[in-house]
Amino acid sequence: MSAERNPIELERYELEEKPRYRFSLSRRAFVQTVGAGLLITSFGKFGRAQERAGKGRAVAGRFLFDKDGIVMALTGKVELGQGARTQLSQAVAEELRVPLSQVRLIMGDTDSVPNDGGTYGSQTTPRTVPTVRQAAASARELVVELACEQWGVKPDSTAMRDGVIEHSDGRKMTLAELVAKVGDVGAALAGKTSERIELTPADAWRVLGKLEGKVAAIELVTGKHRFPSDIKRPDMLYGKVLRPPSFDAELVDLDSKAAESLEGVTVVRDGSFVGCTAPTTFQARKALEALVATARWNTKPHPSSSELFRVLKETANSGSGRDRPRGSEQGDVGAAMAAADKVVLASYEVPYIQHAPMEPRAAVAEWVDGKLTVWTGTQTPFNVRGELAEAFSISEENVRVIMPDAGGGFGGKHRGDAAVEAARLAKAVKRPVAVHWTREEEFTWAYFRPAGLLEVAAAIDNAGKVTAWDFTNYNSGGSALDCPYTFPNKRVKSQPCDSPLRQGSYRALAATANNFAREAFIDRLAAETSADPLAFRLAYLEDGQLKEVLNAVAKQFKWTERRQDKATDTGYGIACGTEKGSFIATCVEIHVNAPTKEIQVRRVCAAFECGAVQNPANLKSQIEGCLIMGLGAALFETIQFQDGRITTNNFKQYRVPRFKDVPEIDVVILNRPDLPSAGAGETPIIAIAPAIANALHHATGTPLQALPLTVS
Amino acid sequence: MDVLREELDLTGTKYGCGEGSCRACTVLVDGRPVASCQLAIAKVQGKEVTTIEGLAAGDKLHAVQEAFVAENAMQCGYCTPGMVLTAVALLRTNPKPTRAQIVEWMNGNLCRCNNYSNILRAIERAAELTQEAPAK
Ligand code: FES
Ligand code: FES
Repeated sequence: MSAERNPIELERYELEEKPRYRFSLSRRAFVQTVGAGLLITSFGKFGRAQERAGKGRAVAGRFLFDKDGIVMALTGKVELGQGARTQLSQAVAEELRVPLSQVRLIMGDTDSVPNDGGTYGSQTTPRTVPTVRQAAASARELVVELACEQWGVKPDSTAMRDGVIEHSDGRKMTLAELVAKVGDVGAALAGKTSERIELTPADAWRVLGKLEGKVAAIELVTGKHRFPSDIKRPDMLYGKVLRPPSFDAELVDLDSKAAESLEGVTVVRDGSFVGCTAPTTFQARKALEALVATARWNTKPHPSSSELFRVLKETANSGSGRDRPRGSEQGDVGAAMAAADKVVLASYEVPYIQHAPMEPRAAVAEWVDGKLTVWTGTQTPFNVRGELAEAFSISEENVRVIMPDAGGGFGGKHRGDAAVEAARLAKAVKRPVAVHWTREEEFTWAYFRPAGLLEVAAAIDNAGKVTAWDFTNYNSGGSALDCPYTFPNKRVKSQPCDSPLRQGSYRALAATANNFAREAFIDRLAAETSADPLAFRLAYLEDGQLKEVLNAVAKQFKWTERRQDKATDTGYGIACGTEKGSFIATCVEIHVNAPTKEIQVRRVCAAFECGAVQNPANLKSQIEGCLIMGLGAALFETIQFQDGRITTNNFKQYRVPRFKDVPEIDVVILNRPDLPSAGAGETPIIAIAPAIANALHHATGTPLQALPLTVS
Repeated sequence: MDVLREELDLTGTKYGCGEGSCRACTVLVDGRPVASCQLAIAKVQGKEVTTIEGLAAGDKLHAVQEAFVAENAMQCGYCTPGMVLTAVALLRTNPKPTRAQIVEWMNGNLCRCNNYSNILRAIERAAELTQEAPAK
């Protein structure tokens, strides 16, 4: 089961992105340093935290114990609002048998934590939580052993409970007391080895699985928490970067005198990189304006969003690396199509959209004696460390990336753009520099959820049975490409294209596009065969979790009753999907305002299954967050571009969901303590857009095939 | 906003758009919510400006802050200071708002984690808390 629960679809894009700047180092020096750097890299990656483990960090560099008995757990995972800090704290508390309040997490500091991989792909729950639990369980056994050594007894009848080591004869010792006796508990543990320990089964959980609030809530409501954009260093300057007026434009000429004459301003030029620093953001902005005024550019032609889908289709290519076409065929689709009574065809369009996390990219960089420290908001601190090492031709040993809990990511913060920029400026001015992207920069120079063109065909035989399925995704990727329905002949394909815009991960990746097209098309097929959309799906699904969530949502939503007594301008839609080992089904009720054509989603009901639930409160927030974020992508969000510029580069042009858009939401969580836990921050987003499309089809009688959905 | 964040080091006031569309930068000026990114410093001479840092009385959280914690009304928490201050201003002018009134008042505040339902519940809870123990 657990193998099936972890079918990680490696993120396709972010590792392939080319660096944005080529700083003008001599080629030879570059190769030499990077050559050496790579050697150190592989050592550094696995070595540093472990090295320290040998010197006192307990159980593979996971835990530190302070004199008050507080357990500090170290992890390379980071917090961007998805709840990893709370969830991992719970995991430590559960297995170490200490109260949650006694656990602190140190996250995403590459100099002190183990590399747990990037924070994406819903991997914290299925991968990191078990690792951390195992480490905590081992640490618990070792701590008990240590206490018993102090008492001079055998560890048999001793156990840890609520942060206290208890012997059956009544003796007790708190963690603080243990630290007082042993000194460095971490170091003492490091010398010990432990067997693999049974983890606490879900039905015996005391901390996991409970409605725990956020561990850092007080810092957040009081404004005390320092997000990456709030970090300050002594003598810090504020930096700005000169951006081209359009994509791929090249700088031909620049006169930086006016900018440089402003008080406290330094202009930094290096290859294609131009930036400036100043004592305040206000002054840096003025300097930037002065630079913009004198810069002359050579612009390049660039396709516009109105030609997007044609361009994608025309540039379909054989790709390279992980970007190669992918797909599979079962049975003989061609033969089934030829023998069909009817062939149904449709193509679906999914535009580029943006993550638009509330906190734009931000970084502070500081160089001390050739060593670089960067505070930045990223989902992948260890990769950013590598990016910085490469950009400045230094070894990873000399780069430290610290990730303070940040203001949202959603797959959009995989790269270290702001980090590289801040580091370049800081290197030039020899002082710490902060770079805070503006919303406009974020909307233009970050990356986007890939646009996609999806062509689907199905064959229906003379008995009204679907006999073949043919599905091609141009450009947006292969996540959730497989068709879960039991059609006898199936072909699916993911086709790379030349994307006009920089694209990358997004919550659930291409599962949003693939599931939109598939589930909207399933409704078409249901209509073609005069079947109820729910009954049609159930008829073509094998027994299992997808069927279970469908049945659960239909029951909760009262699908059959509602769907039958439909009022004018009202529609009911259903859709489902599975990705990364979790299962979602969603029903919606929509209303179309006849004169204005405005679409209102009135009610959303979702059933979700992700195995054993670890934090019900946070899970509910993640599911609701996915549903509303998906509603935005379904109804409003689209990146428009022309002449190499993003025209939807602010929240006025680029509409995202607000309070008024929030429907009545009803979430059913199917808790399965008997199954391993799967990640849950992504999959619930994949069924809402098709459910809305299907409800609009129901309301208007016309099937919709392009996001964002509009009725005419 | 830059003055608050950079000169006074009050970084609880957040930048989200710089053009009045997200309200992450909300402060209270004489009790009224204002987007500080749209505010010239000259305009607030002689006025009382409250930022998120000045809301709690020492360790004692304001009722709205307490309710946000109790209802888990945040994911990343970046929008939270603006949300809290806007809600405080609402409850000062209308201590018993209906859900529709809350939605109307709060509609300018964006939360990209889309934690809206919990935030609505938190404001309702804060209204109840304030009824029980009227604010000084
Ligand atoms: S930053 Fe002021 S309204 Fe968005
Ligand atoms: S909690 Fe993240 S933006 Fe609102």
